[in-house]
Amino acid sequence: MSRRSPEPLVWLLFSGGGMAAALLVPVLLVLFGLAFPLGWLPAPDHAHLLALVGHPITKLVLFGLCALALFHWAHRFRYTLYDGLKLKQASTLIIVVCYGAALAGSAGAAAVLLMA
Amino acid sequence: MSAYRQPVSAFWWLRQWSYLLFVLRELSSVFVAWFVVYLLLLVAAVGDGARAYEDFLAWSGHGWVLVLNLVATAFVLLHAVTWFALAPRAIVVPRVPPWAVLVAHYAAWALLSAGVAWVVLR
Amino acid sequence: MIKMEVTRFRPGEDDAPIVQSYEVPLRKEWAVLDGLNYIKDQLDGTLSYRWSCRMGICGSCGMTVNGKPQLSCATFLTDYAPGPVRVEPLRNFPVIRDLVVDISDFMTKLPKVKPWLIHDGEVPEDEFLQTPREMDEYKKYSMCINCMLCYSACPVYALEPEFLGPAAIALGQRYNLDSRDDGALERRDVLASAAGAWACTFVGECSTACPKGVDPAGAIQRYKLTAAVSALKDFLLPRGARR
Ligand code: SF4
Ligand code: FES
Repeated sequence: MSRRSPEPLVWLLFSGGGMAAALLVPVLLVLFGLAFPLGWLPAPDHAHLLALVGHPITKLVLFGLCALALFHWAHRFRYTLYDGLKLKQASTLIIVVCYGAALAGSAGAAAVLLMA
Repeated sequence: MSAYRQPVSAFWWLRQWSYLLFVLRELSSVFVAWFVVYLLLLVAAVGDGARAYEDFLAWSGHGWVLVLNLVATAFVLLHAVTWFALAPRAIVVPRVPPWAVLVAHYAAWALLSAGVAWVVLR
Repeated sequence: MIKMEVTRFRPGEDDAPIVQSYEVPLRKEWAVLDGLNYIKDQLDGTLSYRWSCRMGICGSCGMTVNGKPQLSCATFLTDYAPGPVRVEPLRNFPVIRDLVVDISDFMTKLPKVKPWLIHDGEVPEDEFLQTPREMDEYKKYSMCINCMLCYSACPVYALEPEFLGPAAIALGQRYNLDSRDDGALERRDVLASAAGAWACTFVGECSTACPKGVDPAGAIQRYKLTAAVSALKDFLLPRGARR
């Protein structure tokens, strides 16, 4: 009885991403998306951020967050397309596009973080 | 026997507020993905030097970017609140009541948010 | 008096259901089911619907009342005053006649989760002992009366009729979590299939609809976590170390 369904694996990635996104995205988005642009808080200077982004731990955390969050999106969006738009027939295409985008995005994230 | 099959509209989620809320919750993932893009643009700009970072800051103040981020924040908060609300029903720890699991999630959220803000603003 | 708008469907005669209105007395102690019984006894003997116990135990009187799945014997007319009260058959099931739906899909799914104790080894001579704490593990899931309100509330079941569904998965969990049961592995192929727990997107409406507090959505979510962790173990551990 071999059950090599990938469903548990993608669900774990989805859940991990959901948790990471719930814990970390609100604060980062409020800071960099609203507080700094709107001047609620002074934006940190470049040298500080460069040092921060250059630190290996930051790189690792941000990579984990980006990759997991992208798989979270891929999984949820896949089911939203199935249910919300009744697109279950196009299942294979949706799976390839969603998880493919998440994989490509994770690779892109790794590249950006390594270069920064 | 000719039983009648009740049809399901593609817009079933408009029929009831709780269904709509569910679809909105699922769509929050799109804004989570947008955040990843935004974050990577920021990181790339920081890596490219002080000028690029200034440009990023100016760009992030544009009307449409601000509006997008405002909407995204609302959705991301919806995601966080609904996620934590559902967590105690999946994570059942022996002898720990569900409300304690919920409180633990909110405590972790507060702690991590404060930690991130401190590291960024230091 | 209160107006009841009841969905009628006569197989072979009607292509689609029609709505018929009746005036029934509005009495404080009358449930929607009493209103239907009044219609059947006094106004129109041709109305068909199912019921038996009138006390929320048999699970046969499920209907859609004002858009929500309800036990018609446990839903009171006065809550809908001044009316009208819309009574439709349970959603997501084929309608055989009037308010009677075809439940055979649910009936074929239920036994698939093997809802009975599967015990390895000796069966004790007198009785299986269990502590109250062990019983609390599954008690909530054992309250199910198979009324199918949860299926009626579930959009995933509406869109994907192969979905095993809330009550069946919760019932599988009821036995998986029983200290006397060793059948979790045998149930895994069905519960953890693509049409099983993984099809659920945690809309959560099944738990809202359930009149018995079973929380099928929670049961499914909990099962996903267990199944995912055990799949991960299968993946990481060498064959011999598996359990
Ligand atoms: S889980 Fe609740 S709603 Fe579903 S069949 Fe059982 S009692 Fe009815
Ligand atoms: S008649 Fe038995 S549950 Fe309503």
